[in-house]
Amino acid sequence: MKNLTAVLASALVALAVWQIVVSATGLPRFILPGPSLVGQTVWDNRMLLAEHALITISEVLAGLVLGAIIGALSAVLLAASSLARTFVGPILVFSQAIPVFALAPILTLWFGYGLGSKIAMALLIIYFPVTSSFFDALMRSNRDWLDHARIMGASPARIMWHIRIPAALPGLASGLRLAAVYAPIGAIIGEWVGASKGLGYLMLLANGRAKTDLMFAALIVLAVFTIFLRAAIDKLANKIVD
Amino acid sequence: MSDLAPALSLTGSASFGDEPVFRDIRLKVEAGQWTCLLGASGVGKSTILKIFAGLSDELTLKGMAAASNGQLKGRVTLLAQDDMLLPWLTVQQNVLLGARLRGERPDIIRSEEILSKVGLSGKAKSKPRTLSGGQRQRVALARTLMEDRPVVLLDEPFSALDALTRARMQDLSAALLVDRTVLLVTHDPSEAARLGHAIKVMTSSGIEDFAPPNGTVPRPYDDIDVLKTQAHLYSRLSRPT
Repeated sequence: MKNLTAVLASALVALAVWQIVVSATGLPRFILPGPSLVGQTVWDNRMLLAEHALITISEVLAGLVLGAIIGALSAVLLAASSLARTFVGPILVFSQAIPVFALAPILTLWFGYGLGSKIAMALLIIYFPVTSSFFDALMRSNRDWLDHARIMGASPARIMWHIRIPAALPGLASGLRLAAVYAPIGAIIGEWVGASKGLGYLMLLANGRAKTDLMFAALIVLAVFTIFLRAAIDKLANKIVD
Repeated sequence: MSDLAPALSLTGSASFGDEPVFRDIRLKVEAGQWTCLLGASGVGKSTILKIFAGLSDELTLKGMAAASNGQLKGRVTLLAQDDMLLPWLTVQQNVLLGARLRGERPDIIRSEEILSKVGLSGKAKSKPRTLSGGQRQRVALARTLMEDRPVVLLDEPFSALDALTRARMQDLSAALLVDRTVLLVTHDPSEAARLGHAIKVMTSSGIEDFAPPNGTVPRPYDDIDVLKTQAHLYSRLSRPT
């Protein structure tokens, strides 16, 4: 509760500074609209914003779920098999040398202007953080636990399932926390490159018509969603770790 | 315990790569008894346990480790200084870990009996982090008993406990691990004097037998014979070879 009060207080201060800058400098509204105007715009365009936000949120959530599942499975596969580490490991590292942003036009070409390309973008951007943090944790298993499990007659698969994976869940949790912040970036980039719906698309549209207040409104909606997403993932991650 | 406890023997030299761990040792562990192996740190005591436990992949053994009747694999269990309890499992689930790891049906009833033997019936559903060091070690002992193996390897299992808890754990273990072949690695002379049917001292020049005190195991810690043996062991250990 104390935390929440602090957050609200700092938000109010930020809004006040923003308003003062706008009023004091007399910047035109198409350069920097004040918070009151942006607030008004959010309210006036709530249906429009909701419609586009829903698209972006679906893209982010789908990308997040798929990326988390595929990332976690890859990490387990890599940790389980030295063959996979030898052959797939270098490919993964190389793939990280390609900026994900640069792939956006190709993904749009392959998956079209719909949800598919944005989900793929969100998935790609979170895949590596999830895989690498979970993989690192899986490779740091307590050696004594593993030895002890072998004495008890456990197969490598059961050791993985009953000891290495549960012990590495904190690593997965920190990967997911990162993913919650990255996934919206992926979806928005995907929308910028080619879309007919979504908050990223709406921002481009508003920019083209010099409706700066609407751009800010979309940005605020996106930020609020990301904060809630992060909090939700944080809760989930804490549950996993406990 | 359906499986008859075997005697153990180990002869030879062991090395990690080019680094020798011990040379030309000869160790015999009597069947169904407690053998205490004493020695300074780094002399290779724990390596001997590793060999008997079948965890010597990275180790080169020139010699032989064997049981008197049949093979060792699957007949050994280990209790170490680190209790190795899995923090995300309850006490009872930790006791039943072996069944879980082998994909067997867990014997819930027996696990409850064993937990009551170690005095932890009320803690079955607790997580290990809520227990004291002594309680955690009793859970580890219960897990060891649950495995019901004829050979029990103990790697300084009581060394992290306070003196009083340690004495209680020694009594409890001696009572519950009776008739099994127990090899206890320790650097505590008083522990060896209390618990060993046989006492062996390991130095860089080999393993030598040391006469145990009279009396049945566990011997009282204030027995004069136990205290004398303890003193002799201290002076023996203070000589490096």
